[in-house]
Amino acid sequence: MTELAETVKPAIAHGLKLQWEPAQDAHVLLYPEGMVKLNGSAGAIMSRCDGARTLADIVADLERSYGLTGLAADVRAFVALALQKRWLELRE
Amino acid sequence: MSGGTQTAAAQPAAPGVGPPLWLLLELTYRCPLHCVFCYNPTDFARTGPELSTADWLRVLREARALGAVQLGLSGGEPLVREDLEAIVAEAHALGFYINLITSGVGLTRARIAALKAAGLDHIQLSFQDSTREMNDFLSSTRTFELKSQVAALIREFGYPMVLNVVLHRLNIDHVAEILAMAEALGAQYVELANTQYYGWAWRNREQLLPSRAQLERAEAATQRFRERVAGRMQIYFVVPDYFETRPKPCMNGLGSVFLAIAPDGIAMPCHAARMLPGLDLPSVRAADVRTIWYESAAFNRFRGEAWMKEPCRSCPERTKDFGGCRCQAYLLTGDPDNTDPVCELSPQHALVTAAVARAERGARSPSGAREQVLVFRDHRTSIPVVTEDGGGHR
Repeated sequence: MTELAETVKPAIAHGLKLQWEPAQDAHVLLYPEGMVKLNGSAGAIMSRCDGARTLADIVADLERSYGLTGLAADVRAFVALALQKRWLELRE
Repeated sequence: MSGGTQTAAAQPAAPGVGPPLWLLLELTYRCPLHCVFCYNPTDFARTGPELSTADWLRVLREARALGAVQLGLSGGEPLVREDLEAIVAEAHALGFYINLITSGVGLTRARIAALKAAGLDHIQLSFQDSTREMNDFLSSTRTFELKSQVAALIREFGYPMVLNVVLHRLNIDHVAEILAMAEALGAQYVELANTQYYGWAWRNREQLLPSRAQLERAEAATQRFRERVAGRMQIYFVVPDYFETRPKPCMNGLGSVFLAIAPDGIAMPCHAARMLPGLDLPSVRAADVRTIWYESAAFNRFRGEAWMKEPCRSCPERTKDFGGCRCQAYLLTGDPDNTDPVCELSPQHALVTAAVARAERGARSPSGAREQVLVFRDHRTSIPVVTEDGGGHR
C-alpha cells in the first residue's frame, strides 16, 4: 500500500456506525450483523475520523489531547489497517 | 497501536456474565413462504398471540439498557408486521444497529423509504424458497422478477446488497447458477449457508442433507466464481457442520451474548432453544429482560461448564466450542447435556456419520429421494405433527 498522505480525510465507512458503549466500556464499531470492540487507542483514532479532519489534524488533536508527541506513524499505520478492513473510507 | 478485537471472541463464558450484546426479535411466525428448511418450530401455529407494539418497544428499551447493541429483526417475515417502522424508529433512537432479515416479500418502495427514514441500518435479502426461485430464475418467471425489483430498491436506497441463500441437497448442484443469479441481482455480498438441521429442516433432514461429493463440487464452483468476481463480490460459503469433526461454538455458549425473543414473547438463548426439554423459558410478558437474562433458570442452565458431561467436561477444547450445539445434542442423542455429536470425540458421533452415509445414498439414487415427502412449512402442516423425529434415527 502506498503511504497515506497527511491531507487525506478518513471517515467511518458507509453503512457502519461507531459509538461509545458504556456496557462494554469501549468504542464499538457496528456493521451488518457484527461488531468490533475497539481498544482505547483505536477508539480514540476512529472517533476523530469524521471525514472533515485530515490525517494531520487527527494526529495533532490526539497529541494535544493526550499530551504526547510522535504519534504520526502509529496513527497512520492504524488508519491504513482500518482502510484495508473497510472500517474507514477516504472522503474528498 | 493495534486494531480492535472481535467482541464475540472476547466474551468470557463464565463466571462473569456479560450483557446480551445481540438481540434477535422474531416479530412474527407469519410468513408468505413455505420453506422446507425453515428453523422455526414445527408447531409454530400453536403458539400464543404475538406481542403488541408496546411490548416490543419495552423489550427494546430494557435490552438496550443492559447493553444490547446489535439488533436483528426477523420472523417469519418481519414485513408482515405493520408496526415494523415504529419498532425500527424506537430501536434507532435507542442506538441499536438494526438488521432486517427478510424475504423481500412486501418490501415496496413506500416501505423501504419509511424504514430508511426510521433509521434501518442494513437489509439481508434471503432467498427463502430457493428451489422454486431457482426454477423461476432459470425460466425468468414471477418470483425472480419480484426479487430483482426488491434488490434494485435496496441498492437505490443506499444499502449494500446482501443476499443469503440456503443450500441443501436439492439446490446445491446449482451453486454456479445461484451465484450467477446473485450477480444478476447486483449482490455485493452472498452468503451460501448450508441448511442447519432444526425445526422444519430437521423434519426434512433425510431429503436435504447433501453428499460430500455435492459439497466439494459446490465449494469448487464457488471458488471459481470468487476468482472471476474478485473485488466486486464477496462470497461466504458456510459448510454444514455434519461434515465437520469439531462442533461449532454455538451462540458462543448459551446465555453468553445472544438473546432471542419469539413472536409470543418467549425469551430464548438461541433461535431453536424452544425445543429443549425441561428448559422453562421465561416470557417478556411476565418478567423484565434484566431478570430473564441474569436470573432466570433457563438462561443460567448452560452457562459455565458445570452442566457438561464427558468427553466435554475434561476436554481442553471446551473453552473454545462450549460443547457445541445443545439443540443438536438433544435432537440427535435425546439429551441436551451430551457432547454435540458432530464432534468426532463424541461417543455418539456415529449418529452424524450415519446421516451423512444415508445422504450419500440418497443423493446417488433419485428414487431414494422420493421415498419420503418433503414437508413444507405452513400453518396447516404445523398443527398435527406427524413424525417429530423426521425419520432421523435408524
